[in-house]
Amino acid sequence: MSKGIWVFVEQTQGNIRPASLEVLSQGAKLAAEKGEDLAAVILGTGIGQLASQAGLYGADKVYIADDAKLESYTTGAYTSALAQLIKENGPALVLFADTAIGKDLAPRTAQRLSTGLASDCTGLESDPATYVTFMRPVYSGEVIARVGNLSADPIMATIRPKTFEAVETPKTPEVINVAVTIDPADLRAILKEAIKASSDRIDLTEAAIVVSGGRGVKGKEGFAVLEELADVLGAAVGSSRAAVEEGWTEHSQQVGQTGKMVAPTLYIACGISGAMQHLAGMQGSKFIVGINKDPEANIFAVADYGIVGDLFEIVPLLKDECKKLLA
Amino acid sequence: MNFELTEEQSMMRAMVRKFAEEDVLPGLEEREEKEEFSRELFDRMGELGLTGIVFPEAYGGVDGDYISYAIAVEELSRVDASVGVTLSAHVSLGSYPIYKFGTHEQKLKYLKPLAEGTALGAFGLTEPDAGSDASGTKTMYTADGDSWVLNGSKIFITNAYYADTYVVFAQSDRSKGHRGISAFIVEKGTPGFTFGPKLKKLGIRSSATYELIFQDCRIPKENLLGEEGQGFKVAMMTLDGGRIGIAAQALGIAQGAYEAAAKYATERVQFGKPIATLQNTQFTLADMATQIEASRLLIYQAGYLDTAGKPFGKHSAMAKLLASETAMWVTTKAVQMFGGYGYTREYPVERMMRDAKITEIYEGTSEIQRVVIGAAILKEFS
Amino acid sequence: MNIVVLVKQVFDSEAKIILKNTTQIDDTGVTQGMNLLDENAVEEALTLKQKFGGEVILVSMNPVKTEKALRDALAMGADRAILITDPVLQNADEFTAAQVLAKAISTLNYDVILSGKASSDYQASQVPARIAEILGIPHVNVVVNIDIQGDKAVVTREVDGGSEIIEVPLPSIITAQQSLNTPRYPTVPNIMKAKKKELKVLSLADLGLTADEVAAKMSILEYSLPPVRKAGRIISGDPAQASAELASLLQSEAKVI
Repeated sequence: MSKGIWVFVEQTQGNIRPASLEVLSQGAKLAAEKGEDLAAVILGTGIGQLASQAGLYGADKVYIADDAKLESYTTGAYTSALAQLIKENGPALVLFADTAIGKDLAPRTAQRLSTGLASDCTGLESDPATYVTFMRPVYSGEVIARVGNLSADPIMATIRPKTFEAVETPKTPEVINVAVTIDPADLRAILKEAIKASSDRIDLTEAAIVVSGGRGVKGKEGFAVLEELADVLGAAVGSSRAAVEEGWTEHSQQVGQTGKMVAPTLYIACGISGAMQHLAGMQGSKFIVGINKDPEANIFAVADYGIVGDLFEIVPLLKDECKKLLA
Repeated sequence: MNFELTEEQSMMRAMVRKFAEEDVLPGLEEREEKEEFSRELFDRMGELGLTGIVFPEAYGGVDGDYISYAIAVEELSRVDASVGVTLSAHVSLGSYPIYKFGTHEQKLKYLKPLAEGTALGAFGLTEPDAGSDASGTKTMYTADGDSWVLNGSKIFITNAYYADTYVVFAQSDRSKGHRGISAFIVEKGTPGFTFGPKLKKLGIRSSATYELIFQDCRIPKENLLGEEGQGFKVAMMTLDGGRIGIAAQALGIAQGAYEAAAKYATERVQFGKPIATLQNTQFTLADMATQIEASRLLIYQAGYLDTAGKPFGKHSAMAKLLASETAMWVTTKAVQMFGGYGYTREYPVERMMRDAKITEIYEGTSEIQRVVIGAAILKEFS
Repeated sequence: MNIVVLVKQVFDSEAKIILKNTTQIDDTGVTQGMNLLDENAVEEALTLKQKFGGEVILVSMNPVKTEKALRDALAMGADRAILITDPVLQNADEFTAAQVLAKAISTLNYDVILSGKASSDYQASQVPARIAEILGIPHVNVVVNIDIQGDKAVVTREVDGGSEIIEVPLPSIITAQQSLNTPRYPTVPNIMKAKKKELKVLSLADLGLTADEVAAKMSILEYSLPPVRKAGRIISGDPAQASAELASLLQSEAKVI
């Protein structure tokens, strides 16, 4: 019996988040392989128009729970609604993007359903024995664990952003509007205020290109040079732990073991030596560029392209060259 | 026989290493450049309890042992030998004699803040004509009513100027030789007690070294440390223990230079391969590691004996002799391995080499250590 | 205010990971210690204790009876610790850990539970939320500021593209982001005291749990080493040449801009 594959879909400002589109696309692939339906679950208010967007990326069904209590994300209300829908419909597999929301919602929901969850996966494949198995980097990405289990019902996983490509496979989805009952006990935590980051730059984990700086950037002012390159490339600006500790960048910009895990198509490391804990956060990038004064810097051991030199000379020149090419 | 550190000793090493790398290292270059002592770092060591390791709880300490103390000095010196000697001089020279010879009242008044690290200690023994031969002391004291009056000067005094409490040695009658020497506790700010200019040194540049000057400096009678005429004994016993501190400082310097050299050797490529692949480099590293490990064992053994209340003078002299000569040898070899880079201030090994030299000199030169060891041997065989 | 802190013992962050075989990671000779983000949780607990009084109780689970991480946390100043250890826990997943830790916590008197936002080894960030669910209390993840106001906490949490201020009633579980605070060093007196502090070791049976009740829902089937990234090429030439070549390679060869 077909139970279905579900993707929890995040939306912001009337659009589905790119990370969710990536998971939908991969979910569609797996559903086709398994002969299953792919369903998108969207929670919020005034979100009906997102169904067709989900269809564009392969959703056969879209569950829409439109409820004032779901207007902004709160752990309790979302857990309440999602767990209820899963219990009522019994999907075989529920996937999330490993975003701040996914990381928060998936474990709480998994526990409410007494089931297992594979976190921050960078691969998944159909498996006759366990339905599906996941690949997840552990120990700072030094080891890959293949995980799966049949006793998890449903099986749940969060997928690291940028792992899969968002590919359009247009469908006209069946839209199912559902009513949810939110347990008052789930409304004890109150969102008092949402503060947008001062920079309107693209989020680190969702950016296709990340320009990142370390100790070699030498100061807050030095990051302006990186910002200019990022502007030209439409990139996010990241940093090493050293730069955060020096107070040059925000902790939210930190890439690495205790910061964010990123996997953009291009990662440009400027003045970053390449400590293990930093590499852990960006080794999944498709292409890595290293710019460093020290020819022996560790970053060159993982960089596809490297330039040995002063970043304050190279980066502005690179910006000009890119500007020319992109013009 | 057990060569493992206790759980507490391992934790202490981890803590001091972290402190050294994360709090001492960042300002090192600036302190070196300005030859500037950091009272703030000393205060931090006090907060961490490093100043009170070997003293009893009743006097602000933590009832620890001398191996833990040696580990603390070693780990600080591995990163910054100036900070290492600050602690060593404070504990072994500035505080220990008060603990060993002080009255209960003196311990409460002076040792407690020293052990808690709220006061900094120093030790005034050396004079132009009196180093290890304390009998040449020319600083004089006289009794006057309920005071002692000091006149004279002391040179090469570590932690001086910044220190709050000084253990000072003076002579009552030069004809009495070392039997005429007494020890006193002198507070900074006592009228008649001033300092000469800061001494500029080859190494340990951010440790403070000043001259102490006493001109009719009047101190209360109760500040006599030990009995009158006992000063020479106070000095000699203090120096026995102090050698463990300096040996640990030398060990730390050697360890730091060795690690820098080993790391550099695996990274530096010449003739197409890292220089660490050359047998000559490997032999040097092997000799460094062997000498360092031997020094460490000797120091910890001396620390063990001291903690156990057994005679340790010969062992602390042996530990200081081996560790300081090892530090000088290892740092010189490390500079050599770095080649031209090693001679520049871009790399830490030249500083370590300059810092190492003093460990062969202060608190008894290598020659004096041999005298001490030799005398102990003669005693055993006669 | 009684504060429970979840502490996990993990490999040192610089440890080289070696596979014993496809299902076991070799821990021979590997330095282990407290998970770094748990240090932030312990620090916060100690700060709260200084402000409000009470007790800081550490709770940890490990299939092996090892005290290192807990002793480290006790040396920072925590009051006592509970370690749940049982060979059965060798195959634990986050579900298992949550069942076991929640059971241990439920025997305690607590006003708030703190932990790091993730562990450096498996980085799943699941266990605190799961424990909160079992205990029926709210949780807030990735917190950078905590302000206790009577029987509630007003906390700031980091989210994608900004932050949120959330008010939760106590008790709740709050997980620490690195920027929450700067963990203190264990002082020498606290190191000396750490060994004398109570560290209670419990088995599953001591907690009244059976292996079946806590059986993992997600299993590690196999470990493998990721493909090693190879060093690419160093672009030489003067800065202008090198920059121009890099830009053109990124466009024509890598096709990423």
